[in-house]
Amino acid sequence: MDNAATTCMSAAAKAAMLPYLDEIYGNPSSLHAWGQAASAALQTAREQIALCVNADPKEIYFTSGGSEADNQAILSAAYAGAVKGRKHILSTTIEHHAVLQTLEALAKEGFAVELLPVAPGTGTVTAAQVENALREDTALVTVMTANNEIGTVLPIAEIGKLCRARKILFHSDAVQAAGHMPLDVKALGVDYLSISGHKFHGPKGVGALYCRRGAPLRALLLGGAQERSRRAGTENLPAIAGMAAALTEAAAEMETVNSRIQGLREQLIAGLRKIERSHLNGDPVRRLPGNVHFCFEGLEGEALLLLLDAKGIAASSGSACTSGSLDPSHVLLGIGRPHEIAHGSLRLSLSRYTTQAEIDHALREIPRVVDYLRQISPVWEAIMKEGK
Amino acid sequence: MAMGYSEKVMDHFIHPRNVGEMTDADGVGEVGSAQCGDIMKVYLRVENGILTDVKFKTFGCASAIATSSMATELIKGKPLAQALELTNKAVVEALDGLPSVKLHCSVLAEEAVKAAVKDYYDRNGVDYDPALFAETDGEHTHGHSSFVNGV
Repeated sequence: MDNAATTCMSAAAKAAMLPYLDEIYGNPSSLHAWGQAASAALQTAREQIALCVNADPKEIYFTSGGSEADNQAILSAAYAGAVKGRKHILSTTIEHHAVLQTLEALAKEGFAVELLPVAPGTGTVTAAQVENALREDTALVTVMTANNEIGTVLPIAEIGKLCRARKILFHSDAVQAAGHMPLDVKALGVDYLSISGHKFHGPKGVGALYCRRGAPLRALLLGGAQERSRRAGTENLPAIAGMAAALTEAAAEMETVNSRIQGLREQLIAGLRKIERSHLNGDPVRRLPGNVHFCFEGLEGEALLLLLDAKGIAASSGSACTSGSLDPSHVLLGIGRPHEIAHGSLRLSLSRYTTQAEIDHALREIPRVVDYLRQISPVWEAIMKEGK
Repeated sequence: MAMGYSEKVMDHFIHPRNVGEMTDADGVGEVGSAQCGDIMKVYLRVENGILTDVKFKTFGCASAIATSSMATELIKGKPLAQALELTNKAVVEALDGLPSVKLHCSVLAEEAVKAAVKDYYDRNGVDYDPALFAETDGEHTHGHSSFVNGV
């Protein structure tokens, strides 16, 4: 149940990749028949991705993943803004590190980076917050579509409308949302949107950036005319074809899959809420269909995670990218959880392959493991002595 | 192995030795802070200068639990004075190593044992050199941790 970290590949995605690992191995830039067959496949994949997000195929750029797409979008908009004297960038405290660390680097270069605080508990921002913070010199607004840890879905369309009206560039990191909720770049009003193949049963090491026609886009990798000269390097065609097939499949099955996963999610949330001194993190309603995220007082997340692993339950204690770090997640601190509670976090992320039996197993084991860790915890002992 | 933990660490984490509390302990030490994500509490029973029983409770990650377990194993049944010779290095070696980001847990385990001994000395009016209980520095890499002696 750690599908927010990554997903298994779907049969359709694997099947879509195979021809490009086998007979169709040409370089899409070659003019001969082998190259042209690869070039045609690349175009098909581009059209498929574009269709899934309601974009023009010429607005889709393939990247090595979500992080690269985030970097490219943010740096492009920032430097284009700087040329016009606009050096203010607006974002939130709960973005992925691919966004936050890019912004940190820009801040060191002299950009005025402003991170909006999010609502306690739910982790959302409002369009009004964004509106109040916009300045004459705002170059870019970047707000994630859905949070990777706590699953909160943010009001992107409302923010997009504001930015569009003021002609301010708007990027959204949709890595966790793509394939799990409908994404329409026109309805969202975004200039840039980042997605990553392996979050929706596609392969790893591949992603895409939607860049609205006319929005500035500079190359991070130099040395070739691939991707309309915005990204040098021979395209990873097998991965690109796999990602396109996976997103197409996810879009086609979204309604049925989501209604089932949401049912499982609600069972988990209801069950885990019964645990004494547990706290649901993230918005209970505006939430990714497969995300369950809790803090349990009196215990520490890594211990919980490893004991659950021993029971055959693969979970996460926040974002997989930060495990190994000793500090609690910036997202949990961002939604106002105190350090001692933020340490006791658990994320379960479901996929279309999650079964009822797995939910039942988790609901049996998690309360037991929580109880066990609390029995050996001096913090829990103190909480119980103090009462409320 | 998960997180780069040795089999011994996983064993002491999943089957911790001497876990529990003592209502009438002769010495109790608690160190760490919930803010940092680990707190260890060690209870001692002392009879004729010998540690006849040791118990612990720990809030923390797998290595915090494993180092507490191993530290209590290493001192149980030994003379009280030997508990003061326990080093975090000995705990790490007995566990076949710890990942470097988790070394601070072994320091906490050493500090918890020493805090419990100090508590025993204080309760029984035993004279001691305060330098023995100076805060260990260097390997406790948390930076923002607070240090509490006794309870």
